[in-house]
Amino acid sequence: MSPVGAVIRRELRSYFVTPVAYVFLVIFLVLSGILTFYAGDFYERGQADLQPFFVMHPWLYLILVPAITMRMWAEEAKGGTLELLLTLPLTLWQAMLGKFLAAWLFIGIALLLTFPIWITVNYLGSPDNGVIMAGYLGSWLMAGTFVAIGACLSAVTQSQVVAFILTALVCVLLILAGQQQVLDFFHGTLPRQLIRVAMELSMLHHFEAIARGVLDLRDMLYFVLSMVGWLIAGVLVLDLKRMR
Amino acid sequence: MIETDRLTRRYGGLIAVDALSMRVEPGQVLGLLGPNGAGKSTAMRMIAGFLVPTSGTATVCGHDVVREPLKAKRALGYLPEGAPNYGEMTVREFLQFVIRVRGFKADTGFRRFDEVVQRLQLEEVLEQCIETLSKGLRRRVGLAQAILHDPPVLMLDEPTDGLDPNQKHAVRQLIDVMARDRTILISTHLLEEVHALCNRVVIIARGRLLADATPAELERQSRYHGAVSFSAPGSGMSQEMLGRLPQVAAIEVDPLDGRVTVFPRRGERILEAVEGLLRAQGLEVSEIQLERGRLDEVFRQITTATEDAPASSQEAAA
Repeated sequence: MSPVGAVIRRELRSYFVTPVAYVFLVIFLVLSGILTFYAGDFYERGQADLQPFFVMHPWLYLILVPAITMRMWAEEAKGGTLELLLTLPLTLWQAMLGKFLAAWLFIGIALLLTFPIWITVNYLGSPDNGVIMAGYLGSWLMAGTFVAIGACLSAVTQSQVVAFILTALVCVLLILAGQQQVLDFFHGTLPRQLIRVAMELSMLHHFEAIARGVLDLRDMLYFVLSMVGWLIAGVLVLDLKRMR
Repeated sequence: MIETDRLTRRYGGLIAVDALSMRVEPGQVLGLLGPNGAGKSTAMRMIAGFLVPTSGTATVCGHDVVREPLKAKRALGYLPEGAPNYGEMTVREFLQFVIRVRGFKADTGFRRFDEVVQRLQLEEVLEQCIETLSKGLRRRVGLAQAILHDPPVLMLDEPTDGLDPNQKHAVRQLIDVMARDRTILISTHLLEEVHALCNRVVIIARGRLLADATPAELERQSRYHGAVSFSAPGSGMSQEMLGRLPQVAAIEVDPLDGRVTVFPRRGERILEAVEGLLRAQGLEVSEIQLERGRLDEVFRQITTATEDAPASSQEAAA
C-alpha cells in the first residue's frame, strides 16, 4: 500500500476508535434534519426539492468541519508523534494528502448517511434527482474546501482550540463574503471591482449555483483550486516549521 | 554509516548545534553525550530529517538527508526522544501502520512484524491500546517501530530514559545484539550507559563537539585513573608516609566513611608501592581497589570548561 493509503487508513481508524466520529455523525444528521424541516420550511414551501437542505450546509460545516480538522496536525505536534510521522519515509505532501483525504472521505460518509431525506422527498413528490445529485456533489466539494482550510490552519499551531477558531474564522469570512446583505452593506463604500472579487472568492456564491443544479465548470474549478491552494499552504507551513 | 559535516542549527540567535562534524561507521555504537540542552536531540532530529539544518550536511548511508530524504529515511531506524506513539492505536495497528508506510509487500511485512514482535516480546500486548501500556512497554513499541525494516543505521534518542533498572537492562541487551553489523548512534546523559553499550563517545555541550574518544581513553583523562583507594581503620600515620612516596601526587580521605584515595603523579603506577607500604605498616586493609577513572568527573571537566570562556558571549546574545 502506498504511504498515502496507509495515512488515510490510520486517520479514518482514529476517527472511529474515539467517540468523535459518532458524535459528529449524530450531530450532523440531527442538525441537517432539524434545520431543513424547521428553519428551511421544507413542507411549507410545497416544492419537491432539497434546496432548503443544501442551503444549510455551509453553516453546518462551519462548526463541524473545524471540529474534525483541528486535531489533524495540532495533536501530532503537541504529542510528539509529528516527529515520528515525518521521519518515516514519506513526503510532507503524502502525509498532508492522506490526512486531508481521510477527513474529506469521512464527511462524504456523513453526507451519504443523509439519504433518508432524499428518500423522503422522493416519496412526497417527484423531484429532479439530477439536481439533487449536483447538490450533493457541490456540498461535498465545498466540504473539501473547508477541510483543506482546516488542514492548513491545524498545521499552524499546537493548540487544537486555536486551530478550531482560526478555521471557523476563515470559513465564516469566506461564507459571508458572498452574502447579499454583506455585499450590499459595502456597496458604495468599496470600489465595485473589489466587491466583485469578494463575491467571486466566496464559497456561498459558487455553492448556491451548484445547489440549484447548475454544474458550472468554473464553480467546480473554484472548489478544486481552493483545496489545492490551501493544501499547498499547509505543506509550506509544515516545511517552514522544520526550518525555523 | 552516519556522517555529518559542519552540521549547524540555529534557533533565532541561539546556536543549538554548532558545526558538528562526525562519522559513525558500521559496527560502532557511538554514545552522544552531553548535558541537557547540549544539542543532542537537535542534531539527531536533523539527521533523521525532521529538522532542516541551518547549514552543513548530514548523510545516512551516503544519502544526504536534505537532498535525498526518502532514501536516507529508508536506511534509518529512529526512536525520537520520549518514544512518542499514537496512543489510541493498538500495538498491532501501530506496527502495521509503520509497515504500510514503509511500503512492505504483504508477506515480507508479516514476516518482519512477527520477527520484531517476538524480539521485543510484545506478543501479549498486541491488542492493547498503546496509551494503556507501561512506560517500559511503550518504549519497546517505539524500538519495534525503529527496527521493523531492519535498518543498517539505528539512531536512538535517550532509549533508556525513565526506565527502571530491569527495563534498562533489557533495552541494552537488545541494542547489544543489534550492534554487530549496524551503525548505532545513541544519545544519553547516563554515564553508566556509555560503559554498558558504547565503544565510542562523543561529548557535546552548547552544540559543539568537545571530545571524541573511546570510553577507556576518556577514563584515562580522569584524575582518578590509576588511583588507589582503600579502607583501613586507623591509617592516619600511614597516610602521612604515603604522601611522602615520590609517585604520589595527593591523598584524599572521604569524611563520611574514611575511605582513603591515593592519587598518582601523571603516568606513575602506585598500586604496588601503596600495597607494600600498608603491609609493612601491618595495617589491616579490609579492601583495596585500583580505579579505572571516573567518566562523570571527565564529563564534568569537559562540559563545564567551555562554559566560562567563549560561551559566555553566546549566553549574553541569547
